[in-house]
Amino acid sequence: MTFLRRWAPPLLLITLVLAVWEVAVRAASVPAWLLPPPSAVGRTLVEERGLLLSNAAVTLSEVVLGFALALALGLALALLIDASPALDRAIYPLVVASQTVPVPAIAPLLLIWFGYGLLPKVLVTALVGFFPIVVSAVDGLRSADRETLSLLRAFGASRPQLFRKVRWPSALPSVFSGARIAIAVCVIGAVFGEFVGSKAGLGYLMTRAIAQFRTDRVIAAIVLLSLMGIGLFALVGAVERFALPWRRYTLDGVSGETRRR
Amino acid sequence: MPAVIQNASRAARPPAAVSVEQVTATYREDGRVLTALAGISLTLAPGEFVAVIGPSGSGKSTLLDLISGLVEPDAGEIRLGGTALPASARLGRCAYMHQRDLLLPWRTVVENAAIGLEVLGVARREAIEKAAARLRDVGLEGFANAYPAQLSGGMRQRVAFLRTILPGLPVLLLDEPFGALDALTRAELQEWLLELWERERQAVLLVTHDVDEAILLADRVLVFSPRPGRIADEARIELPRPRRRAIVTDPAFVAYKAAILADLEGVR
Ligand SMILES: Nc1ncnc2c1ncn2[C@@H]1O[C@H](COP(=O)(O)OP(=O)(O)OP(=O)(O)O)[C@@H](O)[C@H]1O
Ligand SMILES: [Mg+2]
Repeated sequence: MTFLRRWAPPLLLITLVLAVWEVAVRAASVPAWLLPPPSAVGRTLVEERGLLLSNAAVTLSEVVLGFALALALGLALALLIDASPALDRAIYPLVVASQTVPVPAIAPLLLIWFGYGLLPKVLVTALVGFFPIVVSAVDGLRSADRETLSLLRAFGASRPQLFRKVRWPSALPSVFSGARIAIAVCVIGAVFGEFVGSKAGLGYLMTRAIAQFRTDRVIAAIVLLSLMGIGLFALVGAVERFALPWRRYTLDGVSGETRRR
Repeated sequence: MPAVIQNASRAARPPAAVSVEQVTATYREDGRVLTALAGISLTLAPGEFVAVIGPSGSGKSTLLDLISGLVEPDAGEIRLGGTALPASARLGRCAYMHQRDLLLPWRTVVENAAIGLEVLGVARREAIEKAAARLRDVGLEGFANAYPAQLSGGMRQRVAFLRTILPGLPVLLLDEPFGALDALTRAELQEWLLELWERERQAVLLVTHDVDEAILLADRVLVFSPRPGRIADEARIELPRPRRRAIVTDPAFVAYKAAILADLEGVR
């Protein structure tokens, strides 16, 4: 029952969209290179699964490595920004500036410097992914309850103790929110890196397919990218639920102090 | 007073657990200086229970912040156990409790109760064992591994209380600890605090807005004037101990209450 309640609405909506698409494309006799019907995309997904999956594996590895780098870099920068007002003023503007650098401009440079391999894609992915992590981690560290901090200070807590016992755990929910945003934009980042110059990956497959008017293959690649994004997003959510078991009680049904106030 | 005589009188009696001497505290906010406490003096003998009552904003919480070492006075001196100490050296010597329970939502009941000990340098595992051993005292056996969000307000405040007393510090600073609770839970926790204090005899400084609570629990009640806070009046409560809640209808209790209410009316 709950299973049905949860999954029926999205499945119904997707089925409806696909049905309308299928019927409209057939009724109007739209040529396949312009917009193939979903059934044709489905056939491509099945028949070319080897090609699609091997390229998806390349993209996935770029996303995972880029995300890991974004996480490490993002947390390190957040700790520095948090450590002193001077570092905050020095680093934060650069972090924001890094997001105004157009990826189409930086990606070819990375290509020149690092070649066609994995590294430039991982770097582009990390570049777009670290920003939400820095911002959310800094906000999280600053969100720690001031009264709780002063209470523990009265008990004699040192700065490192306050960080370990209060500020870092308070920041974690926010860090996980940032990580969920980051993992989604990392998928876009990896595909972008592949567009500019690559020999494998779903982005590479798409540029080739566009040149060949294989629109069905482009859409099949997009379907796989979406599934990858949803899967990774869900995975971060699962890690969060495992790492922060107490959040169950403050977020739903049961009342907690956080909710009462 | 000649130093010799002062020393002699000190030697005769044990030093005060807390002594606040001519302390002034100000806050600076966008250029304006706000005097919260103006030249206040008070002492807390070892094992003495003192209640502070007074209008909102009269500097009661500021006084506790000063004693605990969170704030340094602008003038005056604070002694703990007879020794004048700067703020940084006072930290970690008094147990502090607020109106809000301030439990960490990611820590379970025992982990929350243990944090004071942990911060004072006891190993985490040992601190948690000590907390677990005293859950019974606060009526929370069986809830060791519950999270704060799973508890009622009264239960959470009892966890906060266990956290406060567990390190066994000689001074308890309680800032309206039962202020946010319903009357029934408050009465229950007051009784329970009385029993505990009669056993352990820490020096207690309790801030409260509840005149009944002050008389029921304290040896002395200090009435603060409005800001800048001074001690406007002081009542010594000579009711016999051990006290129990039933005493609130005793004529002596009612007389104290009338006097303190009149004092409070007077300072307004
Ligand atoms: N951190 C602060 N910065 C500026 N002003 C403050 C600060 N803390 C307290 N004050 C001011 O100092 C005065 C005394 O505050 P305090 O909290 O000590 O009062 P209180 O007696 O505890 O009041 P209440 O009964 O409402 O808790 C108030 O006027 C308050 O506005
Ligand atoms: Mg107060």
